Amino acid sequence: MKDKIMYETHNQTRREFLKLGAVTLVGGAIVTRLGIFDFLKPEAVAEITEGTGRRWGFVVDTTKCVGCGMCVQACKLENGVPFDSDVSRTWVERYIQKTDGEVIIDSPNLARDGFITNNPLGEQVPEEDIAKAFFVPKLCNHCDHPSCVKVCPVGATYKTTDGVVLVDREWCIGCGYCITNCPYGARFFHPILNVVDKCTFCYHRITKGMNSACVEACTFGARKIGDLNDPSSEVHKIVNTERVAVLRPHTHNEPQVFYIGLDHIVV
Amino acid sequence: MLRFLRFSVVVIFLLDIAGLAPVARTYIEPSFAAVDGDIMYQWHRTDNDAEWKDFTVKYQGRDYCRDCHPDQYDRVTASKHTMIQCENCHGPAIEHPVNPQKLVIDNRRELCLRCHAKLPYRPAEYAELSTGPIPFKMKDPEEHNPGIECVNCHDVHNAGYKAF
Repeated sequence: MKDKIMYETHNQTRREFLKLGAVTLVGGAIVTRLGIFDFLKPEAVAEITEGTGRRWGFVVDTTKCVGCGMCVQACKLENGVPFDSDVSRTWVERYIQKTDGEVIIDSPNLARDGFITNNPLGEQVPEEDIAKAFFVPKLCNHCDHPSCVKVCPVGATYKTTDGVVLVDREWCIGCGYCITNCPYGARFFHPILNVVDKCTFCYHRITKGMNSACVEACTFGARKIGDLNDPSSEVHKIVNTERVAVLRPHTHNEPQVFYIGLDHIVV
Repeated sequence: MLRFLRFSVVVIFLLDIAGLAPVARTYIEPSFAAVDGDIMYQWHRTDNDAEWKDFTVKYQGRDYCRDCHPDQYDRVTASKHTMIQCENCHGPAIEHPVNPQKLVIDNRRELCLRCHAKLPYRPAEYAELSTGPIPFKMKDPEEHNPGIECVNCHDVHNAGYKAF
C-alpha cells in the first residue's frame, strides 16, 4: 500500500512535469514563430511596399586600372579601417603571366600605396619576359545569394532590400564563419572593433546620392557603381550591353560586381 | 506583468538550452525581422540599416573644397589633372576647417609615382578626358631626377611646370 501511494505520487509529479514542459514548449514555439513572422508587422510591410526596387551593382573595368591604389587609400580612410593594418575592404591585385607560362600574383600592402615598381614578390621581371600583365581591383561582390550570410548563426549579416550585404556590428559575435565561407576573401576581422568587417558599397554614401569612396577616388574610370534596375544608370547600360564576367561563377553566389577584361588566370 | 516576465525568462532559458540561442535573441530584440519574408538572406535587426546609413561621410568631394578654394579648384579642373579629386592627395576633408584644421600636403615622389611610375603594363594613353585621349606620362623614377621632389619643378594643380 505504501509502495502504491509512493508510486502514484511519483506518477503525478511526472505528469505535472510533462504537462508544464509541453505547455512551455508549445508556448515557446508560438513565441518563436511570432519572432520569425515579424515581417508581417506594419513597419516591415511598409518597408517592402515603399521599397524603391533599387539593386546596387558595381562594374570594374580592369582594362582601365593602372594600379595607383587611390581606391584602397580612400576606402580605408572613409570607412575607418586602420590605415596601417594588413586588412582592407578593397584591394588591387597585379597579375603577370610570363612568356614561360608562369603566373605571378601580388598585392603589396593590398595596394594601399599603389604599384610604383615592377618587382612582383620582390622579383624583377624584365619587360621582354612578360606575356601579359594587368591589374584587378577586388571588393565584396554583394552577391544575390551570399553564402556568407547563410552561415551566420546569429543573423548579424544580411542583405538589404537594395541588395547590399552588411554586417550588424552590434550583433556580430565574431565567430568568423562568414569569413571562411566567402568565396572571394572579402571579409575580415576589424582589428579594433573585433567584429567582422567588409565592403558596404559605402552604404552611407550611395544612399545619400554620392558615389562610393573608391569610385570617387578612381581617376581612371575603372570603378562604377549604380542601380542595376535603373535603365539610365551607367552600370545598367554596361552590364546589359557589354561583355561582362563575374568572379568564380561556379560558386553560384550570383555576384553583383561585374568585370570587364577578366582573364582565366584571375582567381 | 511579473508572470509574463517570468514566462519570458523560462522561454529564453529553454530556447537557449535547446541550442536555439539565436531564436531566443530574436525574441529579446524586437526589431528582428525577415524582410520580404526572406529568412535566408534578410533576417536581421532591421534597425541596423539606418545605423549604416548614418555612418560619417569623410570624403566630401571637390565641390566642398570649391566653396573656400575656388582658385585651386578652377586651376585643377582646367588642367589635365581634372579627374583627380582634391582629397586623393590631400586626404579626406571630414569637417575641415574645423576637424581637421589643416589637410595634408604630401610632397613625396611616391605620391606622384602611384600613377606616373613607368610600368610595362600601364596603358600608353589616358582616355578619360572629355577633350580626347592624351599620352599617359610615365617616368622611370630611377632615371628621372632621382632624389628630388617632383613638386620642385612640376605644378600638380595645373599638371605642368612651375613658373619660375
